[in-house]
Parts: sequence; C-alpha cells; structure tokens
Amino acid sequence: MTQKLVVIGAGMASGRMLEELVDLAPDAYDLTLFGAEPHGNYNRIMLSPVLAGETPWQEIITHDADWYHTNNVTCRFGEDVVKIDRKQKQVISAGGVTDYDKLVIATGSASFFIPVAGKDLPGVVGFRDYGDVEKMLAAAQKPEGRAVIIGGGLLGLEAAAGLHEQGMDVTVLHLMGHLMERQLDPAAGYLLQKELESRGIKVVCRAHTRAILGKDHVEAVVLEDDTIIAADLVVMAAGIRPETRIATDAGLHVERGIVVDDAMATSDPDIMAVGECVEHNETVYGLVAPLYDMAKVLARTLVNQAASFVPPMVSTKLKVTGVELFSVGDFCEGDDREEIVFRDPSRGVYKRLILENDRIIGVVMYGDTADSSWFFAKLKSADDISEIRDTLIYGPAFQGGEAHDPLAFIAAMSGDTEICGCNGVCKGIIVSAINAGAHDLAAIKATTKASASCGSCAGALEQVLAVTLGDDYAASTPQPVCGCTRLTHEEIRQEIKSKALKSIPAVMQECGWTTSCGCATCRPALNYYMIAEWPLEYVDDSQSRFVNERNHANIQKDGTYSVLPRMWGGMTTPDELRAIADAADKYNVPAVKVTGGQRIDLLGIQREDLPSVWADLNAAGLVSGHAYSKGLRTVKTCVGTDFCRFGTQDSTGLGIKLEKILWGSWTPHKVKLAVSGCPRNCSEATCKDVGIICVDGGYEVSVAGAAGMELLETQPLAKVTTEQEVIDLTVAFIQLYREHARYLDRPYKWVAKVGMGWVRERVVDDLQERAELCERFEISQSVYRKDPWAEQAKPEYEQSKWAPLADLILEAAE
Amino acid sequence: MSNLIDIAALTDIPKRGARVVKTGHGCVAIFRTIGDRVFAIDDACPHKNGSLSEGIVHGNAVTCPLHNWVIDLESGQTQGGEEGSVSTYEITVKDGRILLDTTSLQK
Repeated sequence: MTQKLVVIGAGMASGRMLEELVDLAPDAYDLTLFGAEPHGNYNRIMLSPVLAGETPWQEIITHDADWYHTNNVTCRFGEDVVKIDRKQKQVISAGGVTDYDKLVIATGSASFFIPVAGKDLPGVVGFRDYGDVEKMLAAAQKPEGRAVIIGGGLLGLEAAAGLHEQGMDVTVLHLMGHLMERQLDPAAGYLLQKELESRGIKVVCRAHTRAILGKDHVEAVVLEDDTIIAADLVVMAAGIRPETRIATDAGLHVERGIVVDDAMATSDPDIMAVGECVEHNETVYGLVAPLYDMAKVLARTLVNQAASFVPPMVSTKLKVTGVELFSVGDFCEGDDREEIVFRDPSRGVYKRLILENDRIIGVVMYGDTADSSWFFAKLKSADDISEIRDTLIYGPAFQGGEAHDPLAFIAAMSGDTEICGCNGVCKGIIVSAINAGAHDLAAIKATTKASASCGSCAGALEQVLAVTLGDDYAASTPQPVCGCTRLTHEEIRQEIKSKALKSIPAVMQECGWTTSCGCATCRPALNYYMIAEWPLEYVDDSQSRFVNERNHANIQKDGTYSVLPRMWGGMTTPDELRAIADAADKYNVPAVKVTGGQRIDLLGIQREDLPSVWADLNAAGLVSGHAYSKGLRTVKTCVGTDFCRFGTQDSTGLGIKLEKILWGSWTPHKVKLAVSGCPRNCSEATCKDVGIICVDGGYEVSVAGAAGMELLETQPLAKVTTEQEVIDLTVAFIQLYREHARYLDRPYKWVAKVGMGWVRERVVDDLQERAELCERFEISQSVYRKDPWAEQAKPEYEQSKWAPLADLILEAAE
Repeated sequence: MSNLIDIAALTDIPKRGARVVKTGHGCVAIFRTIGDRVFAIDDACPHKNGSLSEGIVHGNAVTCPLHNWVIDLESGQTQGGEEGSVSTYEITVKDGRILLDTTSLQK
C-alpha cells in the first residue's frame, strides 16, 4: 500500500518540498496537506509588493488548485492541526483524525508580538500572511489613516513603504540605534533612514514601546519617554518566532526551533520538519534560499536518498521600490579584519567591503548595488583580492581598465556564477534555457525557476537575455499577437477558455481588437485556437485560413499547386502508383517528386483541376496527405521486422497505426513523426516532433526535435514496452501541444518554453491526465479525422469555389 | 460612359473572401468585405504576381498569399512601406447583384 505522508503547513518551504518530491517520485506517497490559511502555497516574500499595490495577489500564488489536483495532493486548507499523536501515528485536526506513515512539520513562524499592554487590541497586526495584508489594506482605506510600525528591520520597512504607498501616514519605531542593524552597518542604516524620511516616512530609533493604547480598537502607541503617537493601525514587525507549539506538545526535541539533523529528521524518525520552524546546528533560518535547500534535502530523505543540508551563504535585498540596498556576510569590526569604504554623500552612495586575510567576508552597499553580484561571487569563491585591492571597491569595471558596461560584466561571468540566489540558479543553466528557446523572462522562470521567488534578479536575467540573444533581444519582451490587439497568444488562449469565447468575432469583441476583422496574422491563429478549444461546436472559418489550408494543396510561386496523397507509413502499392502516374499524365503534371516524408508529390497542377485530380486519386483509395497543413504531416518508417535483419519491432505497422490515429488533426504548427525499427535509426526519428525508436523489449519515445532552420535532437519522453503505450504517449503529447502551444510554434519551441519536466509530469507521470488528453484528442478527431479532398471535390464546391465567378472571354466570344 | 455587366450574385462570394472573373486582360479579383462592400482589382500582386484572390481579406485590404504584401482594395495601393499598386475597376452592387464596369477591360 502507498505510504501516507501528511504535511502540516502550506508555506514556501512545504510548497517547494512537495514539488521536489513529486518530481523525484510522483507516486511514492499518498499526500495530504494541511494549511492554516484558507488558500494554498504562495510566494510569501512577495507580500510586500502586494501591499504596495505593485503586484496583484493572483500573481504570487505558486500552486493553484490544478497543481494540487494534478499531483493528487489532498488539500485541507483553513484547517488547524491541533495535536500529533505519535503513538497512533495520527494528526488530530478540526476535521477529525488523519493517519500518517511519515509526517512533515512545516509550520513556519509567527510574528513576534512584543509583550506590552494593548498588543491584542483590534488594529494590531503582524506582517506574515495574506490575511495580514488584507487587514492592512483595509486600514489604509481610511482617509488620512495613521500607521505605526514596530520594528525597523527588513519586514518592518517593507510594510512601512507599502503602507506609505497606500496613502497612510507612517511612523517606524525601531529599538536599535539604526535601521536594519542585522544587515546594515550604522552608515548605511543612516542613509536608508534619510531616504525614507525624504519620502515622508517618520523614523524613530532607540524607541522603547511601553504600551499600545485604545478602548475597542488601537488609538495610539506610547513610548518609554512618554511620547504618544496616534495610530489607526499598528504593525508588529519586531521579528518572527518559529512556530513550534505542536512539536513541543508532541514531546519532540525543540529548542528555539524544532531540532533537526542534516537529513531534516526530528527526534522522531518518522517526523521531519522543514522551513522557518526548524533549528539546524543551533541556527534558525528566515530567508528563503536556505529554506529551499532544506526542502530539497527533505524530499530526498522522504524517498530514501541520502542528502544533507549545508547552510548556504545568503544575501539580503530590500524590496522597496527605489531603494538600492545589498548586504551579505559578516560586517562586524574586529582586530583581524580590515575594511574598504567608499562614500559619495551627494549621490547617497555608500559601499563597504569587510576583508579578512585578503578575502572578502562581508559586503554592505547602499545607493548603487550594480556590482553586488560581482562582490558576492568574490566572497563565495574566497578569491584572494590582494592584487586588485587598490581598485577593488570600484567594482569589475576597473579591473581591466575597461569602461563600465554591465553587459560586459554579465558576458564575462563564468557559467557557475549564481544569478538567482533564492533558487540557486547559475548563469550556465539560464544560458542553456535561453539557447533552448526560453526567450523571455516568463519562459526562463518556468524552465529554470530563476526569479520565481523574490524576483530581484529579474534585471540580471534581462541582461543575460540581452547578452545571449544579441540582436534578437528586442523581440524578447512579451509581444502581442499582432497590431490588432495588445494581448499575447497566451493571454488570448486564457480568455477563450475562461470566458468561453466560441467565435472569432466574440474573441475580437471581448479582447478589444482595434480592427474590424483582424488581419492575416491573427485570424489564422484565432481560427486554430477555436478549433482546439471547441472541436465539436466551432465551425472552421475557411476565410481565416492561409491559402494552402483553404485549398488543401500547396500554392507554388507561379500560382499552380502541388498535390500530395497520403502514403500510410510510407507504404504504397502498384495500384496506387498507377493512379498517381495516370493523374500525372492526364493533367500534364510538369514535375513528379519523391519527398523527404516518403511520399510522391505532383507539382504544377492548375487550380481549376484540383477537384478532378482529387476525385481521380480518391477513386484509387488515396486521400489527402495534408502536406499543406499545420497538422499531422507524415509518419516516416523503416521496414522493421518485416524485412530488415536488424529490426526489433514492427516499426512500419506501428507507424501506420499512429498515422491512422493522428491524420487530419490540426495543430499549432506542422507535426512530423518517425518510427525506427532499431537504434540504427534509418527513419531519422531523433530530429522529429515525435520520434520512436524500437529496441529489444520496448520502445523509446522522444519528442521536440527539429531539423529545419534549427537543428535539435529529440529529448527522451519515456521508455515503454507496448505499442499501446507508445500510441497513448504520442497522442497525449500532441494533445498537450495542441492545448497549450502558441500558434506557429513547433513542439520544440513550445517545450523550451514550458520545460520538459512539465510535459513529462502530465504526459508520462500522471496516468489520469494522459488518459484525459487522449480522450480530448479523440473527441476532436471525431470531427477532423476525414479526407478534405473527398469533401472539396463534391459538385457543389466545384461551382461555388473552384470555378471562376464569370468568364468574360467566353461571353465576348459568344 | 460606363459599361456595367451583371457578373454574379453578391452571395456567390463568401464574406471576407474573393473570386475571380476571367477577362481578356487577365483575371480580375472580386472581393467582398465583412461589411458587404465589393471591390475589383487585378488578381496579381505587384510584387511577384501572387493571386490576390487567394489572400486573407481583412477590413478593406487583402494580404497576398505568397509574401504577405498588403494591398488596399479601395485604392489598389500597397501598404506597409512596399512600393507598388494594382489596377482597380468600378464595381457596384444593386438588388443583390454585382455589376462590374468593363469599360477599361474591353480594349
């Protein structure tokens, strides 16, 4: 039986752990997730921009209902776990009793409310979760509302800036002598205070809060020196405390946090803990990078892989728009330490490097943080800086006498330099993702997770994009479909789904098209999206088709057409060949060509002859080869076990089966397949959209190859043992492509954007999703698996489409 | 002096579509827009003679199927910075019938 894993807490660490776990072993556990908040995992770090109104709440949700559903996670959100019964291996919650085999405690931390009178009054909030943000935003609605923030650390200042943006009168009370004393030295703290004061935020340092006053609601804060500050809202941002109550009650070893070993196990081997609630080597963590590292380790522990947590070096950036601040490492003064300081008071720039034995051990920067990643890299690699000490503080630009150019710096960075600190993504991984087709921030985020957390490396990612793409970079910003709309392909597909838009005019109306009926770029795209989304209801709009798809033949440069009948799996018969030869004679076809897709092309046919050529070919049992369509083209095969002495499976038969299932389907761009009977790969399957290589005992299915303007080898999708599995995987992959890709993106481009892992999760790992994809494909094929030539050769089309409207030459002659 | 010839019913051409009339001067493409306006222009793109009647019709313009030049149906002028134009012909719709002025086509 599958083991039961119960997770208490739906924060960032638990979210990342679940992701890692389902990646490693999707079916290892029966998963149940408890969360005290009424919604699932979200990016808590981004609450500050949400508070400031710069980022909508929806954008910071990291796992939506779909994700939990797809990965079979039973969600128990809004339900407090009250007790762990270690004897019975059960957790007890409001909703009853839940058994576990393994338990993960990820309860995070809670805002520390300083113990003063009035701390429980309505209007006193922490700054921890979205509920707190909602309360703060509600308080900010009051005209001329006054907010007091207790605590001038990272969180307190982000709250202050956010509430100030929302129009409140804000005072920050800070116990220590300067702001953010854990990250900043006094000089940088002073510059930061000046900056905030210039914006209108009041800052009081060495402020000892005596009490919070108010009858039914907070009214003011009073300090030890009797100063009274009026307040409609008090935000407690004096620190966080690990939330360990449930672990303490269960008798686990708890100090400041729940004590865990290197593998994240608590004192009970069946109970693990992760995130801000844990204590590892007498240290408690509050920044996201170490929490993510813990999540990775824990996921491995849960599938019995050896892994141990090594605390990473972390840096801090303040997410307050317009404030440039960076700090990392140790910056206390000491006898064996030296420092290099740069000040430019008029520009408000301050930089300080702390050195020990000619190595950087701490960096504090304020006002200009452009070189921060260079210093951070030097700190992490412990480079000896004695050679460049004289110019070190001026940053990388001065190390070779070259002019300052951030792009040159990025270009010179080595591949293993870390760019996204939160997710530990280095430059090399980002460059490979870009080269594989991730040409904008969103695609890089989806494929590498870089910038998916705090987002402060987005600027650096843009620079990597610029350096890697060179002249193509300008095109990398999100592009609308065409000049008729401001929306991108993805946004339009989303609108079509969410608003159930079932016609092209409906899309144009709802999405604010600026033209009466679109253009030659958007109409074919919309027509495809309609077909893909509403296969049974939508009627194909032939006037929104490119000429080839409207006429079911390929237009040539002289206005004639080429006609190419299907040869299933590249197999043909003497009768078929005779019919093709007869048609070539009868219609004076100037060129007959064998194509790369194992079929025969008749080139140079007059438009008005098309219906009769088709009728002749139909009579011999030949149907359209769709050589003109954004749809299934060919399934190329070798002769497999039928004749070849190396063949391991019936590659020809499998190819024909696939082609019979797939033909007639419309896709975002053309789709080509090949099946090779052995690894000698005579049908060249490894550069196709889907390539199958037969081996002894099974089949290797790989996808997303290319052999056009770009050349790419396919990537493995799965290795399976039966023909039916090959067919299901192929159909599910093509359906996923049909449902998600942008019109005119070949599969390799689409896969580069969404990531091969994402595709495998849906097509390979999740059997239910695979079955549903196949089912949706079949529904669509119930309409489209038919020969368009037979349809178009009917007499009514002959008159209304293929004949000229009038012939004035004939009339004149009469 | 106009020389109007009844060539077909308006409904013989699909909306946002075109069909051709064969003449001694080559094919003339007859377009019907989404708003039921009708235009007649030479069925040959000034670029490489692409058959304009096979292009996608949008607004009062057509995009050539060969290399995506856009031609204004009213003026016959190319749009979007390309140099060139095609001949246009007088055409009207009366009682659901399309009437083409063949004066300049008869010489």
